Amino acid sequence: MTDTTLIAPQRKPHALELAPVFIFLVLALAPVAAAFGPETYLLGLFTRVMVFAIAALALDFICGYGGLVSFGHAAFVGIGAYSVGILSAHGVTDILISLPVALAASAIFAYLTGTVCLRTKSVYFIMITLAFGQMVYFVAGSLAPYGGDDGMTLQVRSTLLGFQPFKNDRVFYYAVLLFLLAAYLACRAIVASRFGRVFRGAKENPVRMATIGYDVFKYQRIAYVIAGMIGGLAGFLLANVVEFVSPAYMSWQRSGELIIMVLFGGIGTLYGAIVGAAAFLLLEDGLGSITENWKLIFGPMLVLIVLFARGGVVGLIERLTGRAGRG
Amino acid sequence: MSLSLLFVQTLNGLQFGVLLFLIAAGLTLVFGVMDFINLAHGVQYMLGAYLAVMFYALTGNFLVALVLALAAALVFGLLLEFVVFRHLYERDHLEQVIATFGIIMFLNQGVKVVWGAAPLSLPIPEMLSGTIVLMPGILYPVWRLVIIGSGLGVGLILYLLVTQTRVGMLVRAGATNARIVSALGVDIRRLFMIVFGFGTMLAAFAGVMIAPILSVEPGMGDGVLILAFVVIVIGGIGSMRGAFIAALLIGLVDTLGRSFAIDILRLVMPPSPARTVGPAIASMLIYVLMALVLYFRPAGLFPVRGR
Repeated sequence: MTDTTLIAPQRKPHALELAPVFIFLVLALAPVAAAFGPETYLLGLFTRVMVFAIAALALDFICGYGGLVSFGHAAFVGIGAYSVGILSAHGVTDILISLPVALAASAIFAYLTGTVCLRTKSVYFIMITLAFGQMVYFVAGSLAPYGGDDGMTLQVRSTLLGFQPFKNDRVFYYAVLLFLLAAYLACRAIVASRFGRVFRGAKENPVRMATIGYDVFKYQRIAYVIAGMIGGLAGFLLANVVEFVSPAYMSWQRSGELIIMVLFGGIGTLYGAIVGAAAFLLLEDGLGSITENWKLIFGPMLVLIVLFARGGVVGLIERLTGRAGRG
Repeated sequence: MSLSLLFVQTLNGLQFGVLLFLIAAGLTLVFGVMDFINLAHGVQYMLGAYLAVMFYALTGNFLVALVLALAAALVFGLLLEFVVFRHLYERDHLEQVIATFGIIMFLNQGVKVVWGAAPLSLPIPEMLSGTIVLMPGILYPVWRLVIIGSGLGVGLILYLLVTQTRVGMLVRAGATNARIVSALGVDIRRLFMIVFGFGTMLAAFAGVMIAPILSVEPGMGDGVLILAFVVIVIGGIGSMRGAFIAALLIGLVDTLGRSFAIDILRLVMPPSPARTVGPAIASMLIYVLMALVLYFRPAGLFPVRGR
């Protein structure tokens, strides 16, 4: 695993480095286990987990490695979803058209907003991404021909050259898993590349990177566009999971939840985003089945996690195993 | 699009702007002085409205309800500061966002549990209900004028506090560089608490004042919070003057945009697409405005912090 040492040069090889392998193994085997339980429900839940994992992954990529805390990431998910929805409302359902359109639309939005957002720093960046997210949210809500605030139902899941491969839940599950794996490997490769080093360097000290001669703004904008496209991919898949598209996908609460997922899993690890998405959605599902007031438990839990459990799940495991190794 | 409608909508925009200013003023201070992102500022506004409804039901007097609601909101705000926020000032923005997000979740749901999910309402005080003739043929609700007046009054008081008093001077200094102020021997924690409590009360005040014309419901603070963020970003974080000007600007642009976008578009396109595109453009306006401002002035119109 030579590239892992590039990601975290100062860390010694650690049991945790097998974590991504373990995570993907679990995800690959999950449908087998699901077959013994309420299969449709479990498959649906885990497909949703993976879709949000893709979105959270993209956020972790810019946030954890570039220090760009975007509070409007759900906008990309929404743009991806609406690309599918609007095309399908006009009778275009082929994945070969809708996926590129979803990616292109989110890339264009990321490029345009990134040009404005990335001129600002820290708090301003958080706020302005938040505001752009709200902008898309309200625009989607005012699209009367496409359901307005109520959203719209998809007639069918995306098709491929006339076939309907996504119709089968299991096939769809593995398709999403492949997308997640591809997104993970792509982010990981980018982080370890020369481009990724400059990007990470800009997080540490943008002035230094600029002095060395890199155009920090350009690097950040490319990364922002990449993250936006991965977010759009998640949106494309999300529309297919629930077969429904609505502005609610991009409300600022959704963006907040994506940040929570990233922080939950452990920021700046990539695979932590997958763990975080799973933890968040399973917790939401679990608490939701106990009481309808699950937010009364979940809210304070977030506060406690921030106050006492820095580094998320991954950090926790790191600390536990680290201590075990020493003792 | 008649002239009298334009006049009325301008007043409505002003009223909305004043409301935004009341919320943004506290936010920009907390933000400027403590460098702390408080997403929970919006729920303070919601809480103010709910507390006023509760105290009004108990006492039957609007003024008493207002005072009690402000006091209760202040106590609650300081309690939150003491229990949670105090431990977050030194953390990075991401963690502040998550923790205060958790508080929003808790309070929005808590309000639902305590007061129910159905919208509540607060009656306008007898004396100030009804309408007034502003110009021949133009009637305007008195209460909205009261909101405008009280907002401008608060603005004036804030201006005097910030420019003329010792605490105001420390606040300004803190917004410019909190660390130096602390090094000069000022008890920065106490200053933080005063600023925070004051901001909380302003948000609650906005909630009480708007309660008679909006429905009081869970989550009512969320949308306003985002707009308040837009306001303080445009105005320049930490700048009271910036918050004031930006709030009025946003209030006017948003209100006028929503009322006249379709009419204006109909001048250049057929009515049916205008009706579709109009609302979409109207809801984008303030964000486009923000993008333009930040593109040319990345630190807002009135940058404060000397970094």
